[in-house]
Amino acid sequence: MPEKQRGRYAALAIAAVVIVVGIPLWWKTTETYRAWLPFSEISELDSLQLQLSVDIEVVFSRGTLTPEQQKKFPLSHVNEKEHQVDAKTGLRYKYETRYRTATIMEEDALNQPTAAEADLSLHMLSESSCGSVVVYVIPESSTLLPEVRFRAFVYFYILKSLLKLIMLIPAVYFQDVKVYVGQRRTALLRSPPFKTSWNLKEVLSNLDVEVEQVVSTMSFGHQDIVAALSNRVRMTKVTKESMADSMRAIKSSPGYEITFSLLNPDPKSHSLHWDIEGAVQSYIQPLLNKLAPIANFSVDSQILYYAVLGVNPRFDNSVSAYTLSADSLSHVINPVEARLGSNAASSNPVLNFLLYVPDAHHSPLFIRDHSKREVPSNAFHSPRWGGIMVYNVNEMYGPEAERPVDININMAKVMGVFLAQLRLMLGVQHTHPPTGFVLQSPGSAGLADWELDRLLWSRSVENIATASTTITSLAQLLDQIGNIVINDNIAQQVSSAVTSLQSAVAELEAGNLAFALQYSREAILASERAFFDPSLLHLLYFPDDQKFAIYIPLFLPMCVPIVLSLLKIVSEAKKRRADKQAKSD
Amino acid sequence: FRLSSLIGHISTCPSLIGQCCQRHPGSVDEFQEELVIRPLHSGDIYASFQFRTLWDTDFLQEGQKVSHYRLFPKSLGQVLSKFSVRELHISFTQGFWRTMQWGQPFIPSPPGAELWVWFHDTVSDVDGNWKELTNVLSGIFCASLNFIDLTNTVQPSASFKPLGLGNATDHRFLRYATLPREIVCTENLTPWKKLLPCGSKAGLAVLLKSEKLFHSSFHSQAVHIRPVCQDEQCTSKAWELRQTLNVVFDLYTAGQGKKEWSLFKMFSRTLTEACPLATSSKVYVDITDNPELFELSPATPLLSQAVVLGDRRTYSVFDLTRAETFGQLRSLNLLLRWKGDGGEMLRPLLHAERYVAGFGLQTGEIHTVIYNNHPYRAFPVLLMDSVPWYLQLYIHTLTVTSKSRDNKPSYIHYQPAKDRHRPHLLEMLIQLPPHSMTEVTVQFERALLKWTEYTPDPNHGFYVGSSVVSALVPSMVAMNTNFTQDQPLFSSFVPVKEESSYFVRVYTEPLLVNLPTPDFSMPYNVICLTCTVVAVGYGSFYNLLTRTFQVDEPSLPLAKRLANLIRRIRGVPLLT
Repeated sequence: MPEKQRGRYAALAIAAVVIVVGIPLWWKTTETYRAWLPFSEISELDSLQLQLSVDIEVVFSRGTLTPEQQKKFPLSHVNEKEHQVDAKTGLRYKYETRYRTATIMEEDALNQPTAAEADLSLHMLSESSCGSVVVYVIPESSTLLPEVRFRAFVYFYILKSLLKLIMLIPAVYFQDVKVYVGQRRTALLRSPPFKTSWNLKEVLSNLDVEVEQVVSTMSFGHQDIVAALSNRVRMTKVTKESMADSMRAIKSSPGYEITFSLLNPDPKSHSLHWDIEGAVQSYIQPLLNKLAPIANFSVDSQILYYAVLGVNPRFDNSVSAYTLSADSLSHVINPVEARLGSNAASSNPVLNFLLYVPDAHHSPLFIRDHSKREVPSNAFHSPRWGGIMVYNVNEMYGPEAERPVDININMAKVMGVFLAQLRLMLGVQHTHPPTGFVLQSPGSAGLADWELDRLLWSRSVENIATASTTITSLAQLLDQIGNIVINDNIAQQVSSAVTSLQSAVAELEAGNLAFALQYSREAILASERAFFDPSLLHLLYFPDDQKFAIYIPLFLPMCVPIVLSLLKIVSEAKKRRADKQAKSD
Repeated sequence: FRLSSLIGHISTCPSLIGQCCQRHPGSVDEFQEELVIRPLHSGDIYASFQFRTLWDTDFLQEGQKVSHYRLFPKSLGQVLSKFSVRELHISFTQGFWRTMQWGQPFIPSPPGAELWVWFHDTVSDVDGNWKELTNVLSGIFCASLNFIDLTNTVQPSASFKPLGLGNATDHRFLRYATLPREIVCTENLTPWKKLLPCGSKAGLAVLLKSEKLFHSSFHSQAVHIRPVCQDEQCTSKAWELRQTLNVVFDLYTAGQGKKEWSLFKMFSRTLTEACPLATSSKVYVDITDNPELFELSPATPLLSQAVVLGDRRTYSVFDLTRAETFGQLRSLNLLLRWKGDGGEMLRPLLHAERYVAGFGLQTGEIHTVIYNNHPYRAFPVLLMDSVPWYLQLYIHTLTVTSKSRDNKPSYIHYQPAKDRHRPHLLEMLIQLPPHSMTEVTVQFERALLKWTEYTPDPNHGFYVGSSVVSALVPSMVAMNTNFTQDQPLFSSFVPVKEESSYFVRVYTEPLLVNLPTPDFSMPYNVICLTCTVVAVGYGSFYNLLTRTFQVDEPSLPLAKRLANLIRRIRGVPLLT
């Protein structure tokens, strides 16, 4: 029957049009735009293998080696160590050590009367590159080292409680001085007693332990690096100490705002003057200039009147003074913080340093540590937030003084404490040098070159770890939720983050510390920008069931006739075939 | 002809501002506080706080960052330097200032939030800075200033001239926006108080208790920042931060008809000390109508006269920096006892009101009525109107009539709106004849918005910000053009250039306009309806294409069929 045949063809044609044109058209017009992302490279970054290369130069001065031993110089040696931190993160340290004898000029420099002068004149001779370490081995009988003991003055930070409060106590050090670490990238190592009968190999292997200690002090130790990886790795294998160090230090960021606030709870009885501008110039700015490659810093200050601490200090009759116990210090900050105000003009993390001058009725005020001793600096700090110092002025009120009393604050005393706290907060300070080490205080620069190197190492690793986690979790998120629109902008940020990350890893491998940090900073910026892009939030929650509820009034009446007629055609065709078969049978 | 002179007046005269500042050797910044109390004829009481911080520094100096703050709040200073702001005026107002009952306020402000900023002329991306600045300010003041965008921002050409130092006339660097719907409450007051050096711990600011301040007929708080001269010779700049708070208490109804007021009744606090950081701390009580109208206690021997807003007023002055002000009780509680009825108040010389007329949801008409109550002097006023784009103004219907005669504006600046991009801006210079009423009308058509552009409560209506009328009003008494050292703050805000007139800005009521509002379940209904229509059409089309049609045997009529039934029973041959 031709008429019936025609109807069948029409139904088939309509079904074909719907399938070939309709469905792809609907699919195309309702699809979300998703730009291409380098998923394969991101998954490579997910399992991170970092290699850190350090150049070490060991220079033997005259009198440490026999001429016979010297003959084999110069010599170089590569030492590699591998650690698997967790299933996805591996670390490899590559120490490239070169051994040589001192040049004549270096010998002259080492003949200076003191180690500090030797350090300076060695620095004048040659400038070592960022991240490298030079160790001068000096004879056992050298007079350079012991004198240093009385020149260097070091603050030790005694860890009182793991997280909250660290008191500042100057400590005396002891023991025989074995190693002197200068302000630059050089260390003087007193040579251990060598037997003249030893060959060079034995001498060097004898020296290895000490050189390694020097390197882990001056560039990085395994614990520091693992702590820097805390964003990727669960902190289980880290010692308490380096974990506390790394948790105290503020997170890596492209910039920081440092705010000094003078809290004057009682402007009626004293009017305070502080020369903060001059103090910042002479104490803080040199350190910040040194830190310029790591981040941008901006410094400002304010005076807050009628600002009080959140805790009422207790009066102690035995010393006739008010005291704040270490337990209550954690409650001090909150009420003050409401007054501090955030920086309206930038979104960088803020480091607050507060100088609190207690009012006449509550002074003198002393901070006591957990063992109920007064803290000599009268200051404490809160990790990643800042520091507070109490400055008592009660002895400056004369007996008949007219209120308000004009008081000039001794900024040298204040800034000494704040500077130490700032160094802690930045992660420069490491708590305990190995015994027998003397670390030259960084002097007016506020930061020794090798301390900067340490910071660069850990910051680069930290940035790489953070950026790689950000990028992988972003990729995972985008992969899982198909409804998110991926703009070209985001795709571009992601790929630039990935390229920067790759270059940072490569530069770290090549030992170019400055470039590694630069690239890692770029990577972190780009990855954060991609991760926090507001366009990712669009249509995030547009569930499928609602979508189909809207489509059903259209789809159901359209599809039912097509499906039914297709079924009919199929059943007719089957019937015809069965008929044919029956006929042929 | 008058325009240039008017603009000249509204803009500043550098040498006059800032002379009042008493300088203390050695200090680079200083703080003053002041409270003016004026009993109003209506029986209400008007209290106006002003706090001024002056700082000899320059936020806009190239290469030198201001980063060490003492009295000036750090958050505002950082904003000034970051966005290169030359002048910033922000006000938050709850309630409407009733000029006819209360006279002129010291510093006028429209209902809701108002923000106007002059940027420094080195700024290249003014719109970008403006957008970011509004976001930052909304964070500082906990207000919805982040809703300020290009659709409600205008650049008035003449109405808003800098009040501070400098003769900027290029209005490309000016941005003006209002949010008439902004509701002002405690969360805006707290950050405002935090900007004061003494906070609310000492000085006049102890009176600022929010539960009393917001239980009032009118509340307005503002921050004005501008550069001013440091000394008479104006050799260097100083920056002035003026924080003002104006409040009108309706104590007559609250006090059960007893007209007796005190500081304690108004603020539930008394004054005990000045802010120790303030160089001057004074309370002024307007006693011009004393003793006919009210009685003030404690009496003070200190009197001061000031010419303010074209009127010579006498004030009792209480100096909080002096111990004898507080007397035996060591606290100051001013008491005002009303005697008899208020009597008639002089009508304010300039007054304006506005309403929307018309019916239906398609067209309407905005009427702005400006009154000149001066018996014999005519003077020009600048009228500025910023209307959102969804009211499409028919500018050809603009009429200005005074005394039922056409009054042709001598200057018109009109910037038409662009849909979803910028509002209408209409500025006119109108000469007001003496003792007259001038009516400005313009028709508009209401636009249909996209359904996502409606507010959450679209049937409430849409607000249109106040019109601004700025004028130099002829003064009854000679204005004081010589600033003296102890000039009170309330009379030194707007610079006075000539004796014969004074500057006044009047804000009209904001308008509330209904727009045609759809039923918001509409999109789903529309989808369902269209789908059904498409499906029905498609179904019949499909049937037509796929079904085969056969000619059916016509069936017998009913009668024949019945007959056949009977025939079958009877066994007779059937009919066909």
